[in-house]
Amino acid sequence: MTATVWVPCDAAAVSVGADDVAHALTAAGATVRRNGSRGMLWLEPLVEVETPTGRIGFANVTPEQVGALLSGELHDTGQDVGVVDEHPWLARQHRVSFARVGVIEPTDLGAYREHGGLAGLERALALAPTDVVREVTDSGLRGRGGAGFPAGVKWETVRTAEADVKFVCCNADEGDSGTFADRMLIEGDPFTLIEGMTIAAVAVGATEGFVYLRSEYPHAIRTLRRAVDIAYAHGVLGASVLGSGHRFDLEVRVGAGAYICGEETSMLDSLEGRRGEVRAKPPIPALQGLFGRPTLVNNVLTLAAVPTVLADGGEAYAALGTGRSRGTQVFQLGGNVARGGIVEADFGISLRELVDDFGGGTASGRPVKAVQVGGPLGAYLPPAQFDLPMDYEAFAAANAMVGHGGVVVFDESMDAGAMARFAMEFCAKESCGKCTPCRVGSTRGVEVIDRIRAGTHREANLVLLDDLCTTMTKGSLCAMGGLTPMPVRSALEHWPEDFGAPATASAVARDIPMSATSTDGGARP
Amino acid sequence: MPQRGPSAAPAPGPADRARAASVRGIAEELARMRGPLLPILHAVVAAHGYVHDDDIPVIAEVLNLSRADVLGVVSFYHDFRRTPPAAHRVALCRAEACQARGADATYAAATDRWAGSTEIELGEVFCLGNCALGPAGTLDGALHARLTPERLDTLTAEWDR
Repeated sequence: MTATVWVPCDAAAVSVGADDVAHALTAAGATVRRNGSRGMLWLEPLVEVETPTGRIGFANVTPEQVGALLSGELHDTGQDVGVVDEHPWLARQHRVSFARVGVIEPTDLGAYREHGGLAGLERALALAPTDVVREVTDSGLRGRGGAGFPAGVKWETVRTAEADVKFVCCNADEGDSGTFADRMLIEGDPFTLIEGMTIAAVAVGATEGFVYLRSEYPHAIRTLRRAVDIAYAHGVLGASVLGSGHRFDLEVRVGAGAYICGEETSMLDSLEGRRGEVRAKPPIPALQGLFGRPTLVNNVLTLAAVPTVLADGGEAYAALGTGRSRGTQVFQLGGNVARGGIVEADFGISLRELVDDFGGGTASGRPVKAVQVGGPLGAYLPPAQFDLPMDYEAFAAANAMVGHGGVVVFDESMDAGAMARFAMEFCAKESCGKCTPCRVGSTRGVEVIDRIRAGTHREANLVLLDDLCTTMTKGSLCAMGGLTPMPVRSALEHWPEDFGAPATASAVARDIPMSATSTDGGARP
Repeated sequence: MPQRGPSAAPAPGPADRARAASVRGIAEELARMRGPLLPILHAVVAAHGYVHDDDIPVIAEVLNLSRADVLGVVSFYHDFRRTPPAAHRVALCRAEACQARGADATYAAATDRWAGSTEIELGEVFCLGNCALGPAGTLDGALHARLTPERLDTLTAEWDR
């Protein structure tokens, strides 16, 4: 009897050699099946061997170890992680949106159905569109892309809009550093996204959909395109969704390396074939979106939560979470972290549980200095704030944001001043250029931070930086310019010493105020 | 661009007629899509490696756009390169999560090694979605993890032959 082994096809697993391991296993006569990743990325390639007691995992398998793996020599070694489903790191999670990721073959529609797939869509097709939207509203689901806008409100706006054609667009331009859940869901369980979009289309009366997927994710593009083809072949997509008479056509569009296209209106311009420049709102995309038509724009994880909401009912989903943050969030542990990967948990879990309990501290073994939550536009938080619960409102009250749940860990070697400068530099590099606070403010921000760090008119330039941050926050068209000050201000607040803070009070006194000098391009308080 | 203005005379014939025919074919095939310009440009890069200046009037004519419109889109996006690619391409992630794992040192080593090389092209990228296993990067398009300077040397050893 040949052994059946599972080797992830996820890009992260492939980046550490999963394809080579799969080829070696095939050559050795094993039956190889390719799953998505379980999200325990520090264990990749995590090869699972089917046994009567379940799928036993072996961590960090190399092609050279394939013989030993198949002969059982790796059992009870350090690489043997036991039955994967019972692994404490997974067992402590609450996998809802990620329930099938890593378990099934990504483009196996039969397995998708056996694991609960399409139940949400079937129920949605049996309901009136108003009732589908009501389920989403009742679930308390909020936009997982970062802004946290109530999904039901957006859906209802599109549903009630009148037009010859309406669109559903999935924003899969996951450009934020520290985020990879969209990618892993698409690579590991693409039908969940397709089902979520189809439910959305039925609910709002849309007949065409686009997934705007970034070009940096070639594995995801391939998997999703294959899944779309299979969905068409089985009548999940097309002229009559599951025989209901609803038409829904879905197409995967590939971005072209512009970070700003993760902003929904830039994404729409890009889909239209233009430069990805931000639009002023109003009009909101729900009323005038793609090609001027009512368009529902949701993030991958928002749409991926929808099948569960419909299958189990909005109230069941709303029973999870805390405060006004309902359901689960797919947190992503990245950066300098010992155990990085996907942690799906109910809202309300603390940052400390994520970073220390799941993450196991830093990969370098040195103390944690900071985490950045919510992507490059999120705040840097020191360990003193790690008791914050993952809750949109609690984070906002602490001048931070949950965003899309990306958590990037830094050890004590991090230079907060350099990271603040990088935030401005990145904004300058990737700004679409449409509004002045973002386009010019970011470049000025780099210069001002440089002067502060060099000790040039430090106090005056600190005032100027604060002023600049306020202008960017209040005057920018979109979140890029509007939120870039968040990492900058948090870094300055918590680690002023990384901005060349004078060590003593007398040093402050020696810092000549701007009013005493004439013109050298410095700050004007 | 050889011509400017709204009522410019027809562009001079492209130097490479075979390429122009190919680009026209790509553009005509995809022109019926909604918002076809990005898919067309992706297809041109896939077929020819980059977008040549002479491709722009061809695409503009097929789509009934101004050349400025097409050029504006080409120049906005990082992916639509306008020069032929080198034999080997390295793109290293320099975003926060990879910085936290030492991406700056890897990038500095790569810069030292390949500055001025015509065979190997070094670029930076901001997030490849491999944030728990950084520093991440792509070597000739293939994703790699934990790219220390030493590992980068090992993986590219045969390039320098």
